[in-house]
Amino acid sequence: MKIQTPLTKEKIKNLKAGQTIYLSGTIYTGRDSAHKRLKELYDQGLDLPIDLEDQVIYYVGPTPSKPGEVFGSGGPTTSGRMDAYAPLFISLGMRAMIGKGYRNEEVKKAIQEHTGVYLGAIGGAGAIISSCVKSATVVAFEDLGPEAIRCLEIEDMPLVVLFDSDGNDQYEFGKNDYLNNKGK
Amino acid sequence: MREINCQLITTTIKDMCIQANCHLPSDLQQRITAFHQAEDYSLAKDTLQVLIDNATLAKEKRMPICQDTGMVTIYITIGQEVHIVGGSLEQAIQQGVREGYEEGYLRKSIVSDPVFDRKNTFDNTPAVIHYTLVEGERFDIQVVPKGFGSENMSQVKMCKPSDGIEGIQAFVYDVVKSAGPNACPPMVIGVGIGGTFDKVTQLAKKAMIRTIGSNHPDERYALLEKQWLEAINGMGIGPAGYGGKTTALALHIETFPTHIAGMPVAVSICCHVARHTEVSL
Repeated sequence: MKIQTPLTKEKIKNLKAGQTIYLSGTIYTGRDSAHKRLKELYDQGLDLPIDLEDQVIYYVGPTPSKPGEVFGSGGPTTSGRMDAYAPLFISLGMRAMIGKGYRNEEVKKAIQEHTGVYLGAIGGAGAIISSCVKSATVVAFEDLGPEAIRCLEIEDMPLVVLFDSDGNDQYEFGKNDYLNNKGK
Repeated sequence: MREINCQLITTTIKDMCIQANCHLPSDLQQRITAFHQAEDYSLAKDTLQVLIDNATLAKEKRMPICQDTGMVTIYITIGQEVHIVGGSLEQAIQQGVREGYEEGYLRKSIVSDPVFDRKNTFDNTPAVIHYTLVEGERFDIQVVPKGFGSENMSQVKMCKPSDGIEGIQAFVYDVVKSAGPNACPPMVIGVGIGGTFDKVTQLAKKAMIRTIGSNHPDERYALLEKQWLEAINGMGIGPAGYGGKTTALALHIETFPTHIAGMPVAVSICCHVARHTEVSL
């Protein structure tokens, strides 16, 4: 299934855990330090450098791009480290997160409450994912290097719905489905 | 007495850093392909296909297989008849890492202070270096860059002798389960048993980079390697944690004598990109 950003609540509602989707459009990158800074700006009552409404944040710190290349190798980083910040950003309108690995209960609760979604990119598949990136521009926190916030234009990035707005978790479902049906 | 120049060491390590990050070792490649053929859960099969395609693309474009090009561990085996000339060995090694990460467009992920400053050193140094002194004129280098998605999932436990095989096994399974999708499965698992608190973690890391398909020389441990790998692949975690048969590609055990009062165990978890290169000068 192909899907285009921005991700409205209507689009999100149709996404179900286990589904493979191909995402196109504008997304933002951001990981540990960028999240910390965004939270600090929010706590001080200052404007954030990006408008989160219906936006997607990809947890990634790419390798430097070679001359002539748009984006370096860029697979997902472990999402759990962003759990401390995610519920706040979801409440501010952020609709989707792309990463890998477990999320805590607060994040899952926020996803259900605000109709969000957690999408999985395959850990380590940095070269393949890079080939989906058509442009990349640093939009905030340039001094953070690989951790700076970049605006990416992507085309058909392959992703799996890991946690949907109805509360279904592919990490639980996939394991049990395999054990109950295929593992015998 | 054999002389080795520091410049040669720097250049070699520079090339090894780039090679290790852009080329999946052939033993791992073959294992992933074999597991892809055996996988019967469709999402898992598709995921393994992406990993195979990713490694091919990375090699073609000379691009890192994964964006986390890691913290580098370097093992130097040096013969006592070798004389290093032209500078400091330690500095020559670090310079090799520095040049490799710059020239290879690899991500610099090291911060100078672990707690307070956390400022990027912007050259991926320092690498962690282990030296082994042996007889003769050998000079062997192993470069092992390892990302922290999986490094963060590794654990050590000081088991009691009475915990027995069951205790070690339960710990190994617990570490794998808690790592789950975070460690970018399918994993390569290194288990160290014996020695001391510090020695056992080194054993585990060395076990992780052993050639895939090689067995522990003691058939009792070789049997555990086989049984534990099968059990882990029965957990259902699967590639990327999406469910399936292929949770781990290999499990290797390394052992060392230990104290009458102890049985240290360490589990080094690595993602499917278990990067390592070896060169003998």
